[in-house]
Amino acid sequence: MAQSNSTLHLVNQPKIKVALVGNPNSGKSTLFNALTGLNQKTGNFPGVTVDKKVGYIKYDSGTIAECVDLPGTYSLYPKSMDEQVAFEVLCNPDNENHPDITIVVADASNLKRNLFLVSQIIDLKIPVILALNMMDMVEKDGDIIDTIRLSEKLGVKVIGISARSKEGVEALKEAILQPIPVPQYDFIDIKKIAPELIEKVKSVVKVNSDFAAFQIINNLQELSYFDHNRDKKIKIEDALNTFIIDKNQLQQKESVERYKVINRIVEECIAHTSAIKTETFTHKLDTLLTHRIWGYVIFLMVLFFIFQAIFFLAAYPMDWIEALFVSISEFTANAMPPGELNNLVVNGIIAGLSGVVIFIPQIALLFTFIAILEDTGYMARVSFIMDKMLRKFGLNGRSVIPLISGVACAVPAIMSARTISNWKERIITIMVTPLMSCSARLPVYTLLISLVIPEDEKLGFFNYQGMILMGLYLVGFLAAIMAALVMKWILKAREKSYFIMELPVYRTPQWRNVGITIFEKVKIFLWDAGKIIVAISVILWYLSSHAPGNRLADIDKKYEGHVIWKDMGEEVVNAKIASEKLEASYAGILGKSIEPAIAPLGFDWKIGISLVTSFAAREVFVGTMATIYSVGDTDNTQSIQDKMRAEINPATGLPKFTIAVGFSLLLFYAFAMQCMSTLAIVYRETKNIKWPLIQFFYMSALAYLASLLVYQLLK
Amino acid sequence: MAFRMPIFVVIMKDPLQHLSDLKLGEKAIIDSFTDSVMALKLLEMGCTPGELVQLDRIAPMGDPIAITVSGYLLSLRKEEASTILVSPVK
Repeated sequence: MAQSNSTLHLVNQPKIKVALVGNPNSGKSTLFNALTGLNQKTGNFPGVTVDKKVGYIKYDSGTIAECVDLPGTYSLYPKSMDEQVAFEVLCNPDNENHPDITIVVADASNLKRNLFLVSQIIDLKIPVILALNMMDMVEKDGDIIDTIRLSEKLGVKVIGISARSKEGVEALKEAILQPIPVPQYDFIDIKKIAPELIEKVKSVVKVNSDFAAFQIINNLQELSYFDHNRDKKIKIEDALNTFIIDKNQLQQKESVERYKVINRIVEECIAHTSAIKTETFTHKLDTLLTHRIWGYVIFLMVLFFIFQAIFFLAAYPMDWIEALFVSISEFTANAMPPGELNNLVVNGIIAGLSGVVIFIPQIALLFTFIAILEDTGYMARVSFIMDKMLRKFGLNGRSVIPLISGVACAVPAIMSARTISNWKERIITIMVTPLMSCSARLPVYTLLISLVIPEDEKLGFFNYQGMILMGLYLVGFLAAIMAALVMKWILKAREKSYFIMELPVYRTPQWRNVGITIFEKVKIFLWDAGKIIVAISVILWYLSSHAPGNRLADIDKKYEGHVIWKDMGEEVVNAKIASEKLEASYAGILGKSIEPAIAPLGFDWKIGISLVTSFAAREVFVGTMATIYSVGDTDNTQSIQDKMRAEINPATGLPKFTIAVGFSLLLFYAFAMQCMSTLAIVYRETKNIKWPLIQFFYMSALAYLASLLVYQLLK
Repeated sequence: MAFRMPIFVVIMKDPLQHLSDLKLGEKAIIDSFTDSVMALKLLEMGCTPGELVQLDRIAPMGDPIAITVSGYLLSLRKEEASTILVSPVK
């Protein structure tokens, strides 16, 4: 009986809602990971493109606390989307994510600035615990923080922790379960700054603190609470108009007041000894890493290293994955009864899934590097040395990583643009990254280049073929930069673009963090983008393997028992059948129907079909051409080339694939958006269908115009 | 009643400079801001009037710069730094 009672107790255990907030670089994520482990999931804050990380803190007793990781912020002023989220969640008690307990994480080795946010939260009069992180750094610097005195002065519970080593984390977990009172006293006398207005707001809206009323005065337009309480908004607006106020001056006064108190407290609670500070190491390393020559050399080496890793290292697991899926396909094809369902599952769904899973090694590798760069503090230095150059194009110093990674694969590259906090700069980076020639274009490039450009022609030392290849990469880069410039002019900035950024002290990467980051990113890709990719795969499979009426059956009948074909061998016959079937399929019909539109580019319906199937992924071009030209073995590029070279243009009687056609097609593939995986991830990262659509159309238009120009000029 | 002569004491202050004009290694005390919107952002980052700053580093292309303030290293563009008026410290 007692046992069933306690089980009942567990099931009905109310979850305590905890919110984690703190400055960027304060170790908040490390603490979040230490508290929740892998019990986390990423969702969405309503109405904004800010990820909501939620985790569960599990206790031995069976209790579970729900922990939301709010975006890192320096204050509660809602200047950016990230800050807006923290602001809404903490200031509005009716917000669905409003916590029972707030944990503010502060970097103890940087206490002054970190206390600013702490002081604002204290003034909100919500239950709060101050987690003083990086106590190990403080010790190394030779400083001593009197946490007891600090706790007395702030009027809140203070727990010293070192999230990396998990020191103090248990104490923090226990503290969450204790009743936490609201802060004992006000940090500053906010009422003094705008007495009448605060009174007025308090009479109109129920608030728990003077500071909450102050926030309402200054951010009336930003608070979503007032969307449904227009009458209250109007009352407050009227009051604001009666007292002529300069909101900016009010907030400046508030900031200055806060720092006065902070400086006093810090002086009383921190004792410095004369040990050597870790900053000297940071200072020395910075001299090298931001050196006007070595800084860039080292950065280029880092980029090169990342690029090589994604290109080459990823190839091994990618091959294993491909082999794995081939076995799964074969097994399933044999295990299931033959027929339409078998076809759908094997060639539609499993093929689609393999197209998704194959990205995992590249995503994992890229994010390993990015997490390391970010964790160590090097990423901030990258921004520092690249900012001036990239600003001109509406990009951010941190845009370099996505752009360079895009040369390997745009999918992880676009995911990595998340490190750019300014919305406009991030969108521009996401929109132009696919113009960087990715690795999927390489099979297309090599096929076409060796088709139309003779191998041994050289210009001095330089091989023509090699030069054209390099030229294509350069063209991609230039197009990206130019597109960024155009977007910089067109897009309206949603928030003021600040560079103002902390350069954190160098630290060794936190491997646990890195591991959890990779796990989360892969999960996001697989689930969010994966669904879309598999869906489109199935559609394309259907289009290329089905035809109206009995066309496909008729083709089979045509080849049945034909004496002549028996001599040519089964492989050849099968290749011919496949070619005719593709031509008769819906994809073939589509290809033929777009022929008039692509004729000015020098393309015919055979290329047209390939363009349709390439929508899935660019490298599908090679396979489709192989099928159309009845080359049985799709890996045999030589025979594909031979067949293509032999193709005659019926109108001219000359070879179809001339230099004009070759270049036109090359440029088309350089610029066109032919990667559903990219579109899927852009949708996921921007949470808005309009961005992938815009991307698709502008890149297609660019590809069409470039091809048109080149073909008409060269033909 | 005794007639007291008002005594005017004139304090000569060093003319204020823009933070962006500091030379490498120079120290200064923050006085005020010329852009009120930027000021809020700078204030929350610890750049308060009376606070000591030092120009720690300049990026290879001359922009942005990095200053030590409130116990840490802050980087900002020259145009952002120019909104902070400082009085140099010898």
